[in-house]
Amino acid sequence: MPQMTLIQAINDALRTEMRRDPTVIVMGEDVGINGGVFRATENLYKEFGPDRSIDTPLAESGIVGCAIGMAVNGLKPVAEIQFDGFMPPAFDHIVSHAARLRWRSRGRFHLPLVIRVPYGGGIRALEHHSEAPEAYYVHTPGLKVVIPSSPYDAKGLLISAIRDPDPVIFFEPKRLYRAFRQEVPEGEYVIPLGKANIVQQGTDVTVISWGAMVRVCLQAMEQLGSVSVELLDLRTLAPLDIETVWNSVTKTGRAVIVQEAPRTCSLASELTALINERVLLQLQAPVARVTGYDTHMPYLSMEQYYLPDAGRVKKGIERVLGF
Amino acid sequence: MAKSLKTKPRKTATVTSLDIEMLQILNLDGTAQQDEARELGLTNDDIESLYRWMVTARIFDERALALQRQGRLGTYAPLSGQEACQAGSAYALRPEDWIFPSYREHLAQVMRGQRWLDILTYWGGSEEGNRVPEGVNNFTISIPIATQTLHAVGAAWAAKIKGETSCAIVYFGDGATSEGDFHEALNFAGVFQTPTVFFCQNNQYAISVPRTKQTASETIAQKAIAYGIEGVQVDGNDVFAVYKATKEALEKGRNGGGPTLIEAVTYRLSHHTTADDWTRYRPAEEVEMWKQRDPIKRLKLYLERQGLWNADDEAKLLEEAKSEIAQTVAQYENLPKRDVEDIFKYIYAEMPWNLREQLQELKEYLAEHGGDLPKE
Repeated sequence: MPQMTLIQAINDALRTEMRRDPTVIVMGEDVGINGGVFRATENLYKEFGPDRSIDTPLAESGIVGCAIGMAVNGLKPVAEIQFDGFMPPAFDHIVSHAARLRWRSRGRFHLPLVIRVPYGGGIRALEHHSEAPEAYYVHTPGLKVVIPSSPYDAKGLLISAIRDPDPVIFFEPKRLYRAFRQEVPEGEYVIPLGKANIVQQGTDVTVISWGAMVRVCLQAMEQLGSVSVELLDLRTLAPLDIETVWNSVTKTGRAVIVQEAPRTCSLASELTALINERVLLQLQAPVARVTGYDTHMPYLSMEQYYLPDAGRVKKGIERVLGF
Repeated sequence: MAKSLKTKPRKTATVTSLDIEMLQILNLDGTAQQDEARELGLTNDDIESLYRWMVTARIFDERALALQRQGRLGTYAPLSGQEACQAGSAYALRPEDWIFPSYREHLAQVMRGQRWLDILTYWGGSEEGNRVPEGVNNFTISIPIATQTLHAVGAAWAAKIKGETSCAIVYFGDGATSEGDFHEALNFAGVFQTPTVFFCQNNQYAISVPRTKQTASETIAQKAIAYGIEGVQVDGNDVFAVYKATKEALEKGRNGGGPTLIEAVTYRLSHHTTADDWTRYRPAEEVEMWKQRDPIKRLKLYLERQGLWNADDEAKLLEEAKSEIAQTVAQYENLPKRDVEDIFKYIYAEMPWNLREQLQELKEYLAEHGGDLPKE
């Protein structure tokens, strides 16, 4: 089985689906000849040509707006927004149309559309290149939001996203693009959307995370040694696999949520509310949130102070254990 | 080596010298320019059919306005004055073509296979009005201004990629040309030569703001030039001119000639919507002047001059149209009561747990009060 980085797994998923289904296309800024600024679409232009591996003008609203029209007329576009911080120009089309079309047309139209977005911090990039905007999209009815934390998951989840009949925002933690390799099967396989992954079973505390923070949580767990942590990787942020969360928290009685996005009105807030609403009486301690701060993402010289690290995660776990 | 260079600086670039002529075939008195009317390929039946659509739309419009004033319809956007724009352009389309309407294209929508009942259902406040019949290539109404221009480029682009010959026409107003999406759409369409017809109904006002405050350009048609595509201006109250310009643009698109921007110069003879009062921003004389250019009146004069129409025909048509719309209103007012489940349906292909729970919550609340909201 080949060893792949996360970015290679993304590329492999796109190639696999484009070979299987002639209506799948990729489009975006620099995705064609250049193969994408991160090389996610490398060699697709060579294999599938300019009609299916499309270099678009530099306009995010245009990319998503056109992708909606294409999806309505029989294609399955996988549109790339080059960086998380450039999603706002496309926000109107995502929330005003992509999210609403099935509902607005009473099911006459639906959008098999994937918007791929390199996501998150930790790569020493410029302003607007390190954002964690998942809460906007999780908050919007009609969208699915997916984020892998490993090469294996990335391929299986992206294939599922492409085959899904509804629009999917697919965040790719760019910090993990080349962080490590993993065995990734050749050919097609799917990881279902809406199902969390229990990365490690445990009994003392549930740690809930997604994307690059899953790796940070694993580091923290190594440092903690004897504590029995159950680590959940949500994988799909909308719709949430809340059963898995509730079951785990019921078992452990403690929960720590780890995310790199700002804290206020975030997914961590929602998870806290959901845990309190359903399993409050099983809790031994208040739910802890280890998150980015309610500031803008600092430039590269200070980003390490903003992003949760293993030490902060460890502290969060110790806090709920010592309550 | 030089051959492989993709960029080569130039000292001067001849861009364009520009005269934009307004295409007009029908005169105000119903006489036609040259023999152009005959060259359109429209039979007498076609012309009569166009007239019937336009008259029916006007009657529908007046009826809808009255229903809103009586509290029997929600906010409504009237189309009076723009019937030639919609009839002429929609008549030039083939069934496989796509339309992307804004919120004032009731006539184009109905000519393309939706029903007047759907229009009333929509403006009566039900998403069911957007349930476009299977096989009818009408996109849903777009309320956010100019967004649908990009959807039309995407649909036309998909047709081109799939090797089909269908085109997409998108309707928008003069105000939409100030939105970024309009410019991104023209740009994408130009770069990829998508078979898209950009149909601007320049009705002179975006709610209260006049065309002169939307753009310093002399015309809207000329904006096409900067994107490397063709722009034409037509008299939007002349159904023949609109038909001809649209048909040519569609044929060009089908034959790989790319997109066209059509500016149809027209006038909204009514309010922006029923929530608006046009007397606050438009002089009565201006409205009077445009009433003289009424597209329906002009086509009627033509038909009469050609000996194709008389007072009896007119009386019969009015009676038929009024009765059709009256029946539609009766159907609209007897639509079945909707289930609250409709709010939660169609968010996704499959209803996720949170929506199932919330629907259950609402149903239980209603059940506690005899099946509906508590009275006061």
